[in-house]
Amino acid sequence: MTSARDDILAAVRSALADVSPAVSVPAAPRAPDRGDLVALFVERVEDYRAVVTRCTSAELGGVVAEVLGARTSVVPPGLELEVPNAVVDDAFTADQLDAIDAVVTRARVGIAETGTIVLDHQPDQGRRAISLVPDLHVCIVDVSQVVADVPDAIALLDPSRPLTWISGPSATSDIELNRVEGVHGPRTLHVVLVL
Amino acid sequence: MSGTFVGMPAFPTAARAALGDTQLRRNLAHATQTIRDKRALVVAEVEDWEDLRLAGAGVKEAALRDLATHLETLEASLTRAGATVHWARDAAEACAIVASITHAHGADEVAKVKSMATAEIGLNEALEAEGIAAWETDLAELIVQLGDDLPSHILVPAIHRNRAEIREIFQRRMGDVGKAAPADLSDEPAVLAGAAREHLREKFLRAKVAVSGANFAVADTGTLVVVESEGNGRMCLTLPEVLVSVVGIEKVVATWADLDPMLRLLPRSSTGERMNPYTSTWSGVSPGDGPQEVHVVLLDNGRTRALADDVGRQALRCIRCSACLNVCPVYERVGGHAYGSVYPGPIGAILNPLLNGVSDEQTASLPYASSLCGACFEVCPVRIDIPSVLVDQRAAVVDSHRNDRVPSAEALAMKATAWAFSDSRRLAWAERASGIAGRVITRFSRTTLPGGRAASGRLPGPAAGWTGARDLPAPPAESFREWWDRTDGGQR
Repeated sequence: MTSARDDILAAVRSALADVSPAVSVPAAPRAPDRGDLVALFVERVEDYRAVVTRCTSAELGGVVAEVLGARTSVVPPGLELEVPNAVVDDAFTADQLDAIDAVVTRARVGIAETGTIVLDHQPDQGRRAISLVPDLHVCIVDVSQVVADVPDAIALLDPSRPLTWISGPSATSDIELNRVEGVHGPRTLHVVLVL
Repeated sequence: MSGTFVGMPAFPTAARAALGDTQLRRNLAHATQTIRDKRALVVAEVEDWEDLRLAGAGVKEAALRDLATHLETLEASLTRAGATVHWARDAAEACAIVASITHAHGADEVAKVKSMATAEIGLNEALEAEGIAAWETDLAELIVQLGDDLPSHILVPAIHRNRAEIREIFQRRMGDVGKAAPADLSDEPAVLAGAAREHLREKFLRAKVAVSGANFAVADTGTLVVVESEGNGRMCLTLPEVLVSVVGIEKVVATWADLDPMLRLLPRSSTGERMNPYTSTWSGVSPGDGPQEVHVVLLDNGRTRALADDVGRQALRCIRCSACLNVCPVYERVGGHAYGSVYPGPIGAILNPLLNGVSDEQTASLPYASSLCGACFEVCPVRIDIPSVLVDQRAAVVDSHRNDRVPSAEALAMKATAWAFSDSRRLAWAERASGIAGRVITRFSRTTLPGGRAASGRLPGPAAGWTGARDLPAPPAESFREWWDRTDGGQR
């Protein structure tokens, strides 16, 4: 008996026996120049009802502390920022993470056109679970990380790493196709943009 | 557990029942109008939308035309990245693979990310038969599953339910399968979403095995992509120890860069957003992060059949955005259940016959479930010419009946027409008969068309199906050839 793999590949080949594999793929068009990328990024992130705070790198620690207030928080091992009362992730279980209010991470890329933040889960962002289970995600983005559109992000990102593209807080359109925020992911996304 | 489409009547019968449900029609009209407006806004924002569609269609078409190569590349890169690749010829094989992986880990439940492929293969029912509970975690899938209902839309399977109905389902059923809904649950969408969060949280936190599909599979990097909104996808892709992804072989794109047009086209076409809240990508196993055992099941289940169809092949470009459903005047009125498949609407009307053939009456009725208005083609982000494929599938249905022992009335009429048209004397005789019929209809008919031409009312017998909803204009009393003879081509 032949394997499913061989059967499927043979069926694919036979289906395409008379079909030329050559097909011209037109290049995807680029979005027009939208001027101030950082302003566009802020506008588009806020459009998803995420909160954006701008600050200098000297102000960053104070701003993050203020956003967190009295909340408990978890931080990745490579955050390189003093966060008061935060615990550094140490292979916590999902249940342990569920008992923590907030998470503070950095990001890899910000996409202005779509208001998206991409995490590639390096040590300054931590493994995927920590930025998922707590209900408040404070995400620090440096203005130098903001790119114009999706193709710029794709070119920068390393596909061998796990990636999480985040556009606003978790949301659903499943009830009468109206968007409401707050389902399983963090219900609040607070972006701190470092100038 | 959810119901099943098995045994659904053919489209015209099912559509008649759906059209009588005024609540359903109100829910659908409201929801499709909302999503059409949202899509139009974000599509208008992209100046070169048509060029983006061409790029998206090109990426998928190129991948399909060299599919065997890309599948082998995908298998190799997935394996290199630590994933285990399985191949499934059909639904039963795919379900058996998922069940055996689940059993191997001693699990009696799996958490599921919304996935069309697993809905197509009836995975939940198959797992249930193996003593494994499959928990749907997408809000709309949860509504369908708790309501013991059937999906009626690709993106929002519970589109046929309004907020009041959803509240009732949550209150009645959540307690039976986990954390009950609060007693004072209101029908505010945000409150209902909050109830789903509470209900599913414990399932996410304890799940050992998760099952997903994938929106895209990147051959050269072995990367799978899941596009979602709620975070249920991230929960399932991140927290469990074992992840099994069931991926149709047509989900392949060649390179990482190919994701660019797709990730710009899909959210705008699907939920009418610039970008969906969450997109997760992963390539095999990441040590210390997420599931440490990753399986990918590459699924055929009719796809190679569709691939062999020169006209229909383009349907495999589909990225399941559901824009064609939302603009379809037929879908908007009858809803998804009438199509008798997890793939409803215009794309379902071509995909089901292409995947399964047209030998059963229900599937054979689908290519006719369209007015061929073309709105679906216009919105399709990967430019699937659905109307052309519909017409081609109608031909396939007719072809499949060529050797029937009892020919259909239509086949007989076509035969008679061919006989009459192939001989000028026969045609002249037929024209005279038609002229007499024209005079009779003009004399006795009480129906006139705009402009004053008489038309037949509803005719009896085999013609009733046609004339019940259409006007048959009275044939002219004199045929063109008779007029030519009488006037010598207009000279007299």
